[in-house]
Amino acid sequence: MIERLIQPVSTFAGDIDQLFFGIHMVVGFWFFLVQGMFFYLLFRYRYREGVPTTYVTGKEKHLKKWINIPHILIILCDVGVIFFAVQTWYNVKQNLPEADATIRIVSQQWAWSFVHPGEDGELGTDDDIKTVDELHVQEGMTYHFQLESRDVLHSFSVPVFRLKQDAVPGRVITGWFEPMHTGVYDIQCAEMCGIGHGIMGARIHIESAEDHAAWIASKKGT
Amino acid sequence: MSEPASTHHAHGHGAHDDHHHEENFFLKYFWSTDHKVIGMQYLLTGMFMALFGGFFPYVFRMQLAFPGISVPFYGVVSPTEYNALVTNHGTVMIFWVAMPVLIAAFGNYLIPLMIGADDMVFPRLNRLSYQVFAVSVVVIIASFLVPQGGFGGAWTAYPPLSANPDYNLTPWGSTLWLVAVALEFIAFLIGGINFITTAMNSRAPGMRWSDVPMVVWMICIASILFMASVGPLMAGAVMLAFDQNLGTHFFDPKAGGDPILWQHLFWFFGHPEVYVVLLPATGIVAEVITTFSRKKLFGYKTILYTAIGTGVLSFFVWAHHQFIAGIDPRMANVFTVTTVLISIPIAEMMFLFIATLYGGSIRFKTPMLWALSFIALFMIGGVTGIPLGASGSDIYLHDSYYVIAHFHYTFFPIAIIGSFTALTYWFPKMFGRMMNETLGQVHFWITAIAVNGIFIPLFVLGAAGQHRRIYNYNHFAQLSTPDLQALRILATVSLVILLLAQFLFLFNFFYSMFFGEKASKNPWKGCTLEWTTESPPGHGNWPADQLPTVYRGPYEYGVEGRDEDYWPQNVPN
Repeated sequence: MIERLIQPVSTFAGDIDQLFFGIHMVVGFWFFLVQGMFFYLLFRYRYREGVPTTYVTGKEKHLKKWINIPHILIILCDVGVIFFAVQTWYNVKQNLPEADATIRIVSQQWAWSFVHPGEDGELGTDDDIKTVDELHVQEGMTYHFQLESRDVLHSFSVPVFRLKQDAVPGRVITGWFEPMHTGVYDIQCAEMCGIGHGIMGARIHIESAEDHAAWIASKKGT
Repeated sequence: MSEPASTHHAHGHGAHDDHHHEENFFLKYFWSTDHKVIGMQYLLTGMFMALFGGFFPYVFRMQLAFPGISVPFYGVVSPTEYNALVTNHGTVMIFWVAMPVLIAAFGNYLIPLMIGADDMVFPRLNRLSYQVFAVSVVVIIASFLVPQGGFGGAWTAYPPLSANPDYNLTPWGSTLWLVAVALEFIAFLIGGINFITTAMNSRAPGMRWSDVPMVVWMICIASILFMASVGPLMAGAVMLAFDQNLGTHFFDPKAGGDPILWQHLFWFFGHPEVYVVLLPATGIVAEVITTFSRKKLFGYKTILYTAIGTGVLSFFVWAHHQFIAGIDPRMANVFTVTTVLISIPIAEMMFLFIATLYGGSIRFKTPMLWALSFIALFMIGGVTGIPLGASGSDIYLHDSYYVIAHFHYTFFPIAIIGSFTALTYWFPKMFGRMMNETLGQVHFWITAIAVNGIFIPLFVLGAAGQHRRIYNYNHFAQLSTPDLQALRILATVSLVILLLAQFLFLFNFFYSMFFGEKASKNPWKGCTLEWTTESPPGHGNWPADQLPTVYRGPYEYGVEGRDEDYWPQNVPN
């Protein structure tokens, strides 16, 4: 469902979209079933002249099963939802695959600064490339990011990646992503960070290997 | 257990009785210890605050639909004002509308009447509760009027933004906001003690626990949840106030503090708080659907267990608000399990409400329409909680408009529909007159349809990646498309229709109060005790020698072999 509204551009975006779809199918089934029952009962037992109400306590076995069976089925559905939710979570947030490159993301009121490894592919060396509000990555590469904040809470959110991570001052939070397609997409701050929160955006440029190498070369010596 | 009527009358009033005949206006309304007067004051204060809470979204939704325009009756919205408006919409609606109306107003008004007591057991504490609440109202309103304006750091007030005026730029607004919230908590702690003690000690002779009407149970359970959860947040609020004003560093990472600590303290309270307002609303719905379907509640005790189960579980789910906040990612797995499991008792409760309709004789009067719409709409809020509680999909949905749509589908039914259910149902008892049925139905249908026009578009916007608390989406290329803007306009137009429809209600409310048809003691033919006294009840609720005695449960509708289809609790046979 989500992919119709916004393109999936990271390797795990499809998993999250599927989880979203799957959960909506399960809860949608229950929702329409129960609403259907609800409106049926409202129609069936509407007030009619001369038709008396019945005395039912809820302890009758033949009626209780209408509650108890769905109750058990809901527990089963919950187990399924939990299983797939945890699996997706584990792959996105807990189990970080080996990185091809690492970038640093520093948030502050109200801008993003990005530190990219230069030609040597290593972060923390002299040829690091620093940019503001524009992140350059190469498609098909696995990135680790080290997320920091200089002042208040921010949140690094790339909707096309289905990725979001809060930045907390005093901590360095590591995460990962692997872009799949080239293109330019939005980065938003997703945690209220003050007056400029509404303009704290940046752009992520996903480039092919050649374009990315050319970009790195163009930044040499800056 | 239950004391004889004469003794509980004595301790209910005591010293207060000797002067109540010579009350002047000031003593009657500003110093009254009558639970009905206090309940009414909470109600009117809550309705007054709803004017603010309702006006704010009108302003910020106009800004979202038509960025940069001068909003009629307001003007151009600056980013600072936008933040203050969204922050205080949430704060006011939860702490100054939902809590005072659902818990304090109806708790105060209904508990003594429904358990057959002449007043609360601590009438003066009750008065103190309202006085403290009234001060908190003044403080929160003052927080908009101070230099630099109201607090705009979201209703969750996460530090370091909320703790440091250099970051939030509202040194006065943020402190006053915090003081107001803390005062409001004190008021509700005092009120909660009173509700629980009254329900435990002042029940009419013969009223067993299983004869207590569901709404009384629910308000008591909610009060217990509130008392058990608010302590950590009070401590947090004091720490945050110190950080703001005294230079401490509890939440300041630069000096060794931890901003995440606040999130734990806040949400440890904040999630049970959802159920603190939900449970009274479900109690109200239980009263109304039984009366208007002429049915006994299906599984009274099971409903009670689901409420208690939900309440207990609600203490173990708070960190689902923090999945991506920088907590250890392994923690998310634990909280996913608890969060998804809370669907079980709540779904069961909804099933039981629906099952109550089975075999009934359903009359679609205004209160019943509201109660039914609560069930229908709350279910949307319920099922859309699952993708948010599931950690994997929350990575994407967190802090998006999907969240906003989800919790408004819970809070709108709770705070707005729950309140309308109760108001339209108990109006004849409170004011001795009937509300206009036609106006009531028109108001219902416009409101119930328009609310979907607001929040269904927000689900779509959230799924499309739109984040919360952003005052103009034109700054984001992917969000400034005409399709998404059309959805924003649809939501805003629906909101304006919904707000305009509320004037119908206000007219009906105040007109009927003075000119409505006179109500009998028991216009809906209900079984519970409040319908056995005059409408409106006099001081002391029942004449001192006629306090009711209870012989059976609260929902004996359609008992076979009786002439009438209802059997009031106080009728011996």
